[in-house]
Amino acid sequence: MNHLGLITKREFLNKVKNKSFILMTFLSPLIMVGVITLVVYLTQLNNDKVRTISVLDESQLFANEFVDTENTKYDLLESLELDTAKKLVQEAGNYGLLYIPKGDSIDAIADKIKFFSEDSPSLIVMDKIEDKIEEKARNIKLKNSGLDPEIVNNLRVKINANLETFEGEKTSKMGSGLKLAAGGIAGYLLFMFIIIYGNMIMRSVIEEKTSRIIEVIISSVKPIQLLLGKIFGTTLAGITQFLTWVIVGGLLFVVVSAVFGIDIAGAQMEQQQEVMNQVANNQEAQDGINMLFQEFWNLPLANLIVMFVFFFIGGYLLYASLYAAIGAAVDNETDTQQFMLPIIMPLMLAIYVGFFTVIENPHGTVSQVFSYIPFTSPVVMLMRIPFGVPIWQQLISLVFLFGTFFLTVLFAAKIYRVGILMYGKKPSYKELMKWLKY
Amino acid sequence: MNNLLVAENIVKTFGGYRALNDVSIEVPKGSIFGLLGPNGAGKTTLIRIINQITMPDQGLVTLDGEPLKADHIKDIGYLPEERGLYKSMKVGEQALYLAQLKGLSHAEAKKQLKYWFDKFEIGNWWNKKIQELSKGMAQKIQFIVTVLHKPKLLIFDEPFSGFDPINANMIKDEILQLREDGATVIFSTHRMESVEELCDHIALLDKSNKILDGKLLDIKRAYKSNTFEVGLITDRKSEVTQGLQEKFSISDATFKTINDELKFNIKIDNGASPNELVSHLTSKGELTHFVEVVPSVSDIFIQTVQNN
Repeated sequence: MNHLGLITKREFLNKVKNKSFILMTFLSPLIMVGVITLVVYLTQLNNDKVRTISVLDESQLFANEFVDTENTKYDLLESLELDTAKKLVQEAGNYGLLYIPKGDSIDAIADKIKFFSEDSPSLIVMDKIEDKIEEKARNIKLKNSGLDPEIVNNLRVKINANLETFEGEKTSKMGSGLKLAAGGIAGYLLFMFIIIYGNMIMRSVIEEKTSRIIEVIISSVKPIQLLLGKIFGTTLAGITQFLTWVIVGGLLFVVVSAVFGIDIAGAQMEQQQEVMNQVANNQEAQDGINMLFQEFWNLPLANLIVMFVFFFIGGYLLYASLYAAIGAAVDNETDTQQFMLPIIMPLMLAIYVGFFTVIENPHGTVSQVFSYIPFTSPVVMLMRIPFGVPIWQQLISLVFLFGTFFLTVLFAAKIYRVGILMYGKKPSYKELMKWLKY
Repeated sequence: MNNLLVAENIVKTFGGYRALNDVSIEVPKGSIFGLLGPNGAGKTTLIRIINQITMPDQGLVTLDGEPLKADHIKDIGYLPEERGLYKSMKVGEQALYLAQLKGLSHAEAKKQLKYWFDKFEIGNWWNKKIQELSKGMAQKIQFIVTVLHKPKLLIFDEPFSGFDPINANMIKDEILQLREDGATVIFSTHRMESVEELCDHIALLDKSNKILDGKLLDIKRAYKSNTFEVGLITDRKSEVTQGLQEKFSISDATFKTINDELKFNIKIDNGASPNELVSHLTSKGELTHFVEVVPSVSDIFIQTVQNN
């Protein structure tokens, strides 16, 4: 077996056999699924409580609007003084008291509506109550102006433009969301991968320095072989861990959903349904879902997957070699801080540009420029691709990326070659520049 | 040529600092070659160049007549001064890995390891992790890994550090045995008594230059000062002393004996032969002690470096 293979194998096995690595690999999905289950469960528990809201409607105009629902009961009070009512509600331990005073006009009443409660009431609850009053108040005002609310409602026109590309493909706004999600997930995945496994590479370089084995090793192999072997081995271990997370996490989710799952699914369905009902009627929702599937298949999936692989490899290797160079330059992990900023900054920038600028305009100047700059292009370009980027642009960006990767590896290898044999002092940037000339 | 390794006019600069300035050494086949010098003289840089860890700016290194190339890595075994092993790896796995990096096949590496583990009676360490071993134990593993692939050239940088005297002796015997079996050894250390004991050739580096090299005996001959330790039993002490002072330059003795006698270090600086000194002495009393003062490596080291 050649040296690179041997080194890669050792790095891989060393990572994979490590107890804390194994623990993390299997514990993380457990914790994730556990937390999600807990959150869903707690949310349900939270909503289980039935709120009783007392209503003192002196105007006698709104009482009919307050109809009990599953989670909220309305207790209509009549002919009570406000102070008495307040005391009563407090003693009964009700959620709150809605007070609507008498008034000459709707506007006069509206200004004086109050809600009393123990502590600040939930925003959702208040929204619902306010909606009810607003609706009724509007109708009353319409009637007062001599208009039939029915007619006014019929006068409303709802516009929902049907989107279509010049090629005649039907699209929807939901499609844009889907594209964002696809690109966002791809970009974010890469970002996380770089940070987690880049750090792992850096630590493994530092370990070789602190255990003083490095000189023994590089009397047998070239530093660049060691550097690449380290990156490859750690990457393979990373991919193994990532895949395990996906598989174990997925399985766990299925199992958990099967056991407590009806609840989880149910809760989500209910919420979704509610949202959809608000947006449109059932038929429209059904259309929307169909459209969503169609949109999914309309995504440049092949393009996205192929480019994901290339940009992932290029972007990850680019940053990994920098992490390795940092590891070589320092003696221990605490000294790495000063060098981390130049790595983290472009990554963060890429994520921010991705999640703000690309969403705003996937083909705007800033989005385009950042999808060419090698240190941000993997994340930004991956987020742009679902919106349709000409292949030639993607290829140019890839050429830049891999070109920079090779330059960076040369640079990193140089720092690495000198750094691994330097002990004792914390190097400055100036010193690193000097190393390049050795 | 009878030299295994020849380094010619090696120059190496780090930034503005010249670590090696036109240094040449010749290491004869089958010798134990002491590479000496104060801290920071350039020894480690030279050793790293021989190991192809760093490249020289100028100059040529040849091994067995061929310029150094990647293939030579398997012909060299290097025990660096800054050494260690992967702490969380098992002894056996680690030794196998390092041996394979030196070009041994898995099977061959295993066979050789078994031989050495049996020899050092440490077979039961195979599945231990390095972090469970003491420093001395880890050093043994390190030594084995260095010599495992039977290299032509062995380079030891402070090989005895971390060993107790018993184990240090064992390692010393192993080094001599390896030389016996045909290996050539380059040996860098600050412990002059082991240089006296082991080396037949030395080179002395100071401030990036080579300031002395050659056969140890030749160097000692060149550095001898014709001084003899003399012990003489006589009744006429002051008279004899005065007589000696007229003919030779004498100084206080640096040795100890059991008799009550006149003791001097006498330097012959008038071109006389030692025999003349002996006959002069025997005519004055009973000669009990007569030894030529041989300069120690340590003396030569200190003297040369201070004069440089």
